[in-house]
Amino acid sequence: MSGARLVYRVTQAAFVAAVILVWWLVSRNGYISPILLPPLTDSVHEFVLLIERGAYWPDLSVTLYELVVAFLIASTSGCLIGYLVSRSRFAVRVFDPLFAGLYSIPAILLFPLYVLFFGLGPGSKIAIGATIAFFPIILNTIAGFDYVDRSYITAARSMGASGLQMFWSVMLPAAFPVVLAGLRIGFILAFLSILGSETIASLSGLGHRIVSYAESMDPAKMFAYIFLAIIIAFLLNAFVSTVEARVRRRHG
Amino acid sequence: MRTSPGVARLGVIIALVLVWEVGVRLFGDPLFLSPPSHVAAALWQMLGNGPVMYALGTTLLELVVAFALAVGIGLPVGLVLGLQRFARGSFYPIVLMLYAIPQATILPLVILAFGIGPPSKIAFGFTHAVFPIMVTMVAGVQGVRPSLLVCARSMGASRTQIFWNVILPHMIPSFFTGMRLAMTSDLLGVLLAELYVSQAGVGHYTRLFTESFEPAKLFAIITCLAAIAVVLNELCRRAERHMSRWHE
Repeated sequence: MSGARLVYRVTQAAFVAAVILVWWLVSRNGYISPILLPPLTDSVHEFVLLIERGAYWPDLSVTLYELVVAFLIASTSGCLIGYLVSRSRFAVRVFDPLFAGLYSIPAILLFPLYVLFFGLGPGSKIAIGATIAFFPIILNTIAGFDYVDRSYITAARSMGASGLQMFWSVMLPAAFPVVLAGLRIGFILAFLSILGSETIASLSGLGHRIVSYAESMDPAKMFAYIFLAIIIAFLLNAFVSTVEARVRRRHG
Repeated sequence: MRTSPGVARLGVIIALVLVWEVGVRLFGDPLFLSPPSHVAAALWQMLGNGPVMYALGTTLLELVVAFALAVGIGLPVGLVLGLQRFARGSFYPIVLMLYAIPQATILPLVILAFGIGPPSKIAFGFTHAVFPIMVTMVAGVQGVRPSLLVCARSMGASRTQIFWNVILPHMIPSFFTGMRLAMTSDLLGVLLAELYVSQAGVGHYTRLFTESFEPAKLFAIITCLAAIAVVLNELCRRAERHMSRWHE
């Protein structure tokens, strides 16, 4: 087994090496316009400069600020409304298909409207991030609380649990994993949509910087920011997965 | 007698539209918000507006072509990745890593490479849609119960027979799940690219209506796009449900 695994790793390394080699050869010999694919060494050099000088911080902080505010809005409203809806079976049957139907409309369509309402600054990105994150969060909250095993509730009630006890000791622990998954999906979707909407129309942020370097025909700097955005995406992914696993282990 | 949830849902929607209508008429700034009655009128006018209809048709075409390409390429590649142990071990992690890259970052590159016309939208829709298909195909192959494979093999089925009679029928539900997820991503990719830059497509009109402060028209075109999205999503969802029921 470990022999096969070694073969896989070697193949992967060879593949990555081949990509790098092709990039290097192609950009060196000018087969592809340097505007499209700048020399790899230039891009890496720009990336190192970017990290060394910390010039990324203003844009990164804008993007992260938008993400945090959007997620706070979406998670508070999503969990609260979701919980209130889940209190009644009837409300679940009325509202769950409504939210699910709205979820199937690509929320990015609202972005032009949000630009009209909130301007080109962080406001419109926060609004789009919050809108997109809201739906998985509320749908999972409803699903989580709605599917709590009825026998638990009956048992707790027959043992004389108060409303508050019922919530903290029965409902919340049972619904928690599903709600948590919704929060994770919402967080990632918010990040992706904020990045996307920054690309479309914005004044600052990672997406904005990538576009502005593309438009000023400065591809090496653009690739440096693309590398940075990808690294941030991987870090955020790892961060939410770790948080989810840790919370789940403690309360699961 | 209790109200049925469907009727109550309709009531909620009507109430929301009424609140919107009255609220906007009383307090809204006509430069930014339009009441639904104006949107409906703008929608009606838009149906007779050739260039806008043409742009919507182009977007639909971009969506369909990108989707077809993604299925045509993602399906065989996903099958090979799932069936071939070497391919899965070596290249599936690479596919997963590429899937995790936020594609909005490469949007300017796609535009630089394919121009501002439909090809770039198709390309961006394709890169969004192809990954969910590949990943669900791999998951589908891995989900085939080993006992069925052992059973078929012990009855002397050849590799081709196993593929056609055991694996492929079992792939059908995951294939349709992949199609549904791919359609969602396809919509995101194409619309993102359209909104980013567009010559005469819907992105051109959303920008035009935003910049000329014509919210009724903007709402109307967004409504049309939302309708396209809902229909396409619903088609895929129905197909998925139908095929997975057949599989049960």
